[in-house]
Amino acid sequence: MTFLEVEKVSKSYGSNKAVEEVSFSIAEGETYGLLGPNGAGKSTTISMIVGVLRPDSGSIRIGGRPHGVGNNATKAQIGFVPQELALYPDLSAWDNLMFFARLYGVSGAEARRRCGEVLELIDLADRARENVSAFSGGMARRLNIGVGLLNRPRLLILDEPAVGVDAQSRNAILESIQRQAAEGVAVLYTTHYMEEAERLCDRVGIIDLGRIRAEGTQRELVSQVGEDDTIVLSLSGGTERAVLALKKIPQVREVSTEGSEVRLLVRDARSTVPLVLETVADSETVLRSVEVREPDLETVFLHLTGKALRN
Amino acid sequence: MRAFLTMVGKDLRQRSRDGTLIVFALVLPLGLAFLLNMLLGGDPEEDFSARYGVVDADGGELASMFVEDVLEPLEGEGILELRTFASEEEARESVEAGEIDAAFLVPDGFTDDLHNGDSVELRVLGDVDSPDEVQVADGVAEAFAAEYHRVELAVTTAEPSEEERAELALRAAEAPAAVRVVEDTDADWRQLDSPTYYAAGTAVFFLLFAAMPGVVSLFEERRTGTLVRLSASPVSTLGILAAKLASTVLVGLVSMVILITVSTFSFGAEWGDPLGVTVLTVAMVLAAVGIMSAVAGFATNAEQASSWATVVAMLLGLLGGALFPLANLGGLADLSYLTPHQWFLRGLSDLSTGDGLGSVLLPVGVLLAMALAGASVALYRMGRMLHP
Repeated sequence: MTFLEVEKVSKSYGSNKAVEEVSFSIAEGETYGLLGPNGAGKSTTISMIVGVLRPDSGSIRIGGRPHGVGNNATKAQIGFVPQELALYPDLSAWDNLMFFARLYGVSGAEARRRCGEVLELIDLADRARENVSAFSGGMARRLNIGVGLLNRPRLLILDEPAVGVDAQSRNAILESIQRQAAEGVAVLYTTHYMEEAERLCDRVGIIDLGRIRAEGTQRELVSQVGEDDTIVLSLSGGTERAVLALKKIPQVREVSTEGSEVRLLVRDARSTVPLVLETVADSETVLRSVEVREPDLETVFLHLTGKALRN
Repeated sequence: MRAFLTMVGKDLRQRSRDGTLIVFALVLPLGLAFLLNMLLGGDPEEDFSARYGVVDADGGELASMFVEDVLEPLEGEGILELRTFASEEEARESVEAGEIDAAFLVPDGFTDDLHNGDSVELRVLGDVDSPDEVQVADGVAEAFAAEYHRVELAVTTAEPSEEERAELALRAAEAPAAVRVVEDTDADWRQLDSPTYYAAGTAVFFLLFAAMPGVVSLFEERRTGTLVRLSASPVSTLGILAAKLASTVLVGLVSMVILITVSTFSFGAEWGDPLGVTVLTVAMVLAAVGIMSAVAGFATNAEQASSWATVVAMLLGLLGGALFPLANLGGLADLSYLTPHQWFLRGLSDLSTGDGLGSVLLPVGVLLAMALAGASVALYRMGRMLHP
């Protein structure tokens, strides 16, 4: 059953259209990934859904009810984990949790019980009385997520919650999100890490320049780019010269760069790699490594937007 | 309401751990009040000497009696220096220039009106800078008024019959004083003694600084990211902002209560009628928080808000006569009416005359209007921070 419905939502800052007619929906127990690079419009979209920003146009419904900045009944059903650490560093983990629990109308013994459960869930029970300022980045990230779970939300919205954390913490964070979805919570997850989206999301919306470019399951999206492979080259010196030359190879459909890394979307990697290596050598560029990848969400993104996801 | 109290409690907890708040709210005002009182307040045990002027617009018998039999003997004893002025304007200029501490204004027709049994005014024009000297001048005039009343009755009842005595006694009891002493409030003079003035002045001066961390805290919430979480929570924008203002008001009230208590017991400040002082103090704290919030509402970050609030707090404090008397401001003194400090000190001055709450209704009204205006601006501006 659909729990979140976003219908043609737009938001502009002056002449800059940050989000343009974005529409998607999420069912109970479903995890929806909003995949896009920095500045694509993910955070603006999230801000409108959590009721911080007013959309210029369009509508949002939560649990079938109209939702907006002043609608506290629908706001109470959302658990929100912002991209930035939204915690009071001069308060303990326990005090932070209790404060936000009370804001959501949970108080007394029930608040204490939920805070205890959340601390267990995020594996910080033994650090509950320490000030957040003493926490590592990963611990603070876990607490940041824990705050979003206090009100037992029916819609959990996470805006790049695992940015800048170590692999172990990231794994713990992703596991806790999977548990929420398994319990029937609708999850909206934004990221520019393809691996996270592939692991967590039932469906993915690819957003760029404020618009949803494609939407569907991973299989559906990958099928949009056919059987194209990706060749990833790591170059040193003369990258621009090499890119110009690589674009002239007929089998190469897309070229994108990120620093010294060049990604090529090609029809048949096996037959194209020798041509690519020859072209790089002719452009007097040093080739440090070469990697061939099967089609994935990264490929889809490159195909749809002409640029790499992490640009 | 629970969410409101939760936010107020959290803010108070954070403020209580802020060392700079203790400095601005308690240490600095108390220390400065003590220093100013010690350096500028004067020693009440020292010999009293005042410079007075007199304008005799009457020239009659009773006016001369006041000058020659009351004022000149005091001059002879070295208690005061007496100067004569031809007009009220000359006397006022001399008062405002600080050349004399007070002037007695004897109006035209003073003698005739008194002989005719009419009531007349003997006005005292005081220097804002010399509260003690003005108080003494007031006392001298009061004494003359009382003495004249008694003498006048005695003259009119020379060798009366028994019936006439009874009738006159009744008239004397019912009759208003023949001479009414009027204090000239146009000259902004106040009767606060030095300890009270410096305690009150420094308290309200630093009150605005003590309010700063509270009004700037919204920017801190934005910097730490918690503002987004507050905005996304099921609490109204008004509730969030009201909680911010309420915690700041509470900090201001606690600060003022401590300062009033300590200054009363440590260096003898006399604040006046407790109910009047309470109402006046609450109104002052509300005005301070309203004004500082409005200023912060126009800033774009915490640093800018702090800088602007500091400048405004300094300007208002100095213009409002919180640290030195208004007379030192010369032509700028009229601007003091734009400051909450002036209205608070004026209210205290009114209370010091012994009147109760009724005497401070105007200052309280002005302060509440300032609070309302400031809070309205702040709520509008800061509301846009929560939901752009």
